[in-house]
Amino acid sequence: MQAFEYVRAQSTEQAVALLAEAGDQVRVLAGGTDLLPQLKEGRRKVALVVDIKFIPELNELCYDPDEGLWLGAAVPCYRIYSHPVVARAYPGLIDAASLIGGVQIQGRASLGGNLCNASPAADSIPALIVHSAVARIAGPTGRRAVPVEAFCTGPGRTVLGPGELLVALHLPPPRPGFGAAYLRFIPRNEMDIAVAGAGASVQLDDRGETIVAARVALGAVAPTPLYVQEAGAALVGRPVAEAAAAFAAAAELARAAAQPINDMRGTVAQRKHLSAVLTRRALERALARSQESLRGTAR
Amino acid sequence: MIAHKNQTLVRARINGEEVAFFCEPRQTLLEVLRDTLGLTGVKEGCGNGNCGACNVIMDGVLVNSCLVLAVEAEGRSITTVEGLAGPDGLHPLQQSFLEHAALQCGVCTPGFLVAAKALLDHNPHPTEHEVRYWLAGNLCRCTGYDKIVRAVLDAAEKMTA
Repeated sequence: MQAFEYVRAQSTEQAVALLAEAGDQVRVLAGGTDLLPQLKEGRRKVALVVDIKFIPELNELCYDPDEGLWLGAAVPCYRIYSHPVVARAYPGLIDAASLIGGVQIQGRASLGGNLCNASPAADSIPALIVHSAVARIAGPTGRRAVPVEAFCTGPGRTVLGPGELLVALHLPPPRPGFGAAYLRFIPRNEMDIAVAGAGASVQLDDRGETIVAARVALGAVAPTPLYVQEAGAALVGRPVAEAAAAFAAAAELARAAAQPINDMRGTVAQRKHLSAVLTRRALERALARSQESLRGTAR
Repeated sequence: MIAHKNQTLVRARINGEEVAFFCEPRQTLLEVLRDTLGLTGVKEGCGNGNCGACNVIMDGVLVNSCLVLAVEAEGRSITTVEGLAGPDGLHPLQQSFLEHAALQCGVCTPGFLVAAKALLDHNPHPTEHEVRYWLAGNLCRCTGYDKIVRAVLDAAEKMTA
């Protein structure tokens, strides 16, 4: 591996100052499951690695039924699904956190890192988008918030400017009648990169009869994870009794939105097909969870 | 941390012993365990987190040591395969691997043993499905996995009997 300096940052302010000073030869280290292979490949000169996982606010995982989930950018996957309250409140997020790599990867890899690495096939990003997650960013001129669907700008590229650091992801609290899910297609059972992935969320009214909001997002079918706003919008106001027809229509919108490429993992035709099938199935699972959540409140 | 020339002094607890070593920031934990500390039970397979041959337990969490910088080990507690056997002999998992012939060439075995130990530390009564899922990040090109899964299930049974 190429030689570099290593600093264990103690505060967000210190990390931002280090990032701003070092220019384009600095990389942020959280779990390192993407960064270390990249450093070993040595395609880019790196002079400084800033370890951010000892900064308290980047390691915070806290859930409040009114405030939602604060997910520090360096929190590894295993802490998310091992947290019983978080796992119960956000099963759609757990879908993604528990299928990234194997347990060895989940012991280190963070969703913040998954987002900043900005792979088009990142498993957690569609799940974050359908939860309306917001990225909280600190930088030399202060703090800002960016919706996750606007965070990635291209393969490996994000909205983060010089000196900017992802601090946390914020997810709104799930209301009764909310459900979400993430599904991916891979030729193996585990440990593979998505051929295509789909996240979906559904919000029902209090009576569980009508869809009042929905979101759909796709992975591995565009240069960035793709928020398919029109697929969610098409579901608003639709009665649950007609969910099958509504989901089929939303799945067609997802198929139309997908702009995949042919590569070693799949073809354009297969990925278009998968976009529709996975969207329909993710919506079905999200609906089942939203109905479960209403049964939970009625009890 | 103390820097010395381009070396950093790292203090960690490895297999229950306090250890101090010098390393460069660019060295992985895998390199230091093998080349500096002589713990050659830790194997290098792929070097990019796909095969699990370099698995160690760090502060109770299973990790690929090829994807950890050695400087990150500062203040951490690490278990390698060398830390499994006790003064009375082999760990029940190691004994079970022998009895079930759960290895052939043996290169993946330390990683499987450490991963299996991490599983049983968390979940003393895993189902076959849970064992297979947990070991998905460990590759073996000889055994076809079945004997490994049987060995882990049998060790779990004996350890909780």
